[in-house]
Amino acid sequence: MSACVQDAPLPHRPAVRPPAGPGWTGEPLRLAALLAPAAAVFAAFFLLPLVRLILIGAGGTEGWSAYLTTLADPGHLDSLASTLALSAGVTAVTLAVSTVAGLFLVRNRFPGHALLVALLTFPLAFPGVVIGFMVIMLAGRQGLIGSITQALGGGKLVFAYSMAGLFLGYVYFSIPRVILTVMAAAEKLDPRLEEAARSLGAAPWRVVADVILPALKPALISAGALCFATSMGAFGTAFTLATRINVLPMTIYTEFTLQANIAAAAALSVLLGLITWAALAVARSVAGTSVAAAG
Amino acid sequence: MPDSVMQNSFHLDAVPIRLERCGKTFAGGARALEPLDLTIRGGETIVFLGPSGCGKTTTLRIIAGLESPDAGGRVLFGEEDVTALPIERRNVGMVFQSYALFPNMTVTENVAYGLKVRKIARADRARRVEEMLDLMHLGEFAGRRIDQLSGGQRQRVALARALVVRPRVLLLDEPLTALDAKLRDSLRLEIDRLLRGLGITAVYVTHDQGEAMALGDRIVVMAKGRVAQVGTPREIYYQPADGFVADFIGTMNRLGGVSRGGTLSIGSATLPWTGPDGRVELLVRPEDLALAGEADGHLDGTVAAAVFLGDRTRLVVEPADGPALTVDAAGRSELGRGDRVWLRVDPARLLAVP
Repeated sequence: MSACVQDAPLPHRPAVRPPAGPGWTGEPLRLAALLAPAAAVFAAFFLLPLVRLILIGAGGTEGWSAYLTTLADPGHLDSLASTLALSAGVTAVTLAVSTVAGLFLVRNRFPGHALLVALLTFPLAFPGVVIGFMVIMLAGRQGLIGSITQALGGGKLVFAYSMAGLFLGYVYFSIPRVILTVMAAAEKLDPRLEEAARSLGAAPWRVVADVILPALKPALISAGALCFATSMGAFGTAFTLATRINVLPMTIYTEFTLQANIAAAAALSVLLGLITWAALAVARSVAGTSVAAAG
Repeated sequence: MPDSVMQNSFHLDAVPIRLERCGKTFAGGARALEPLDLTIRGGETIVFLGPSGCGKTTTLRIIAGLESPDAGGRVLFGEEDVTALPIERRNVGMVFQSYALFPNMTVTENVAYGLKVRKIARADRARRVEEMLDLMHLGEFAGRRIDQLSGGQRQRVALARALVVRPRVLLLDEPLTALDAKLRDSLRLEIDRLLRGLGITAVYVTHDQGEAMALGDRIVVMAKGRVAQVGTPREIYYQPADGFVADFIGTMNRLGGVSRGGTLSIGSATLPWTGPDGRVELLVRPEDLALAGEADGHLDGTVAAAVFLGDRTRLVVEPADGPALTVDAAGRSELGRGDRVWLRVDPARLLAVP
């Protein structure tokens, strides 16, 4: 369900050693021959579609300036802003919930622990359509929340077919992978560090702020970046909930299928890809330096 | 303590510590520590010594406040009952085997952490950190990251971090175990100098008897959750309470003898002896056995192994009956495997163990 564009590793020639024997002149050729299949696949399924997409974006009557016009369109800008806000919100809430839950699950052993961890990772298996379906069952017109609020006399609360519903679905969908990352990082925390901080007088909240969170930072950044990228590009859940939810993937879909504005759809796709790619790249570099500092 | 006093001689209050019936049973029923009563005098360095799993670290963690004793146990710092206080409110300094320095902070930030938590004003904090870094010869590393330091430097930072807050007691959990032998010796000397100079009450946990002998005013030898003996290094070495302590500290030989009417028969020799009649198990240190001639020797045996140690040659001698004996000969001794030797025993140095 994710439509984000990842930067695939470029195939590059392994470092060739200095000429050592008589057969070395054939070496680069042999390497090129060996790499040819990979290069062909890479070109056919990654480079060509991407280049084509970029060209289509500029293929309308306006040429390359179509990118600017598309971006300047108030509707598109609005869509972009709400997608960014939604993704940022989903990322923040997911990180908060997953950090607390992940730490708890690592620190506490109780009957049913393994089962609970297994259940928490369950949503990983669902496509966006199923997530959307579950949100409707929870907060839709016939949903559980609506029935309860009605029974309590507060009128029927329905929010499945809006940004709130999408938000709920994305958080639900994002929590498992972030929890797993947090748990893996939390297992590696040195309990002596926390004991040292406490011996120096640090209250529990300070230990969290000064010791635990800095140690989890690289994991949180990389998990958060993935969560953000997924939320930016996710489509299935939004499509299931309502066709009028104003997120970028839905806008691309509408431009493409309903209005046949293929150039605008392509331009928006490139834009979405770039933003998501940039978010991942920034996160990777920040996480990278902090990992080095923590070494 | 007024800060002016700190300028020249950094000195800390000597708080006595009392453990009353402190036992520890872990969830699941495993008994880590039998109820223990112990008084640690103010300013004293006490070493908990024993093999792994003997309860020494559990005792340290009970003093620290990282574990609470079983119901009925009490921990007192001076007159104050701290049993219910968590570690962050006990004002203790801790040093760990793994250093446990904060990797996201520099040397200065690590040392300043406890002062920052205590909300000491910035200027005061900077001055105290600088003094402490100087005391630990760490001044030139102030701005370094932790991963740019060697193991010995890291442990000195950990000591500085623990001491800068002027704790009531310094707790050290195997602080030298992670270091290589040479560093271990130099840092041990430094810790010794520091503890003497500061006058702080210190509790030191180790499995290394050499460290225990060198650093401890008193040593608490522990085994299987019990205290086997409490005493000065000399008492522990020369008057071990039982066979376990005797074997754990240094090298100890065992001799079988028969006591009868004021004499003791060992091998072919008869020595003056006071004690009840019957078979006795005797302990003797290698340095209390002497090589002798055939005429004045008490025991004879064959050299099974000779290890040249420079200043001396350590011999393992197998007597005609009984277990092998370790004995030291002069470094230049030419004795080797297969040679026949005679050993002389000083009855005053023999220890009978129950």
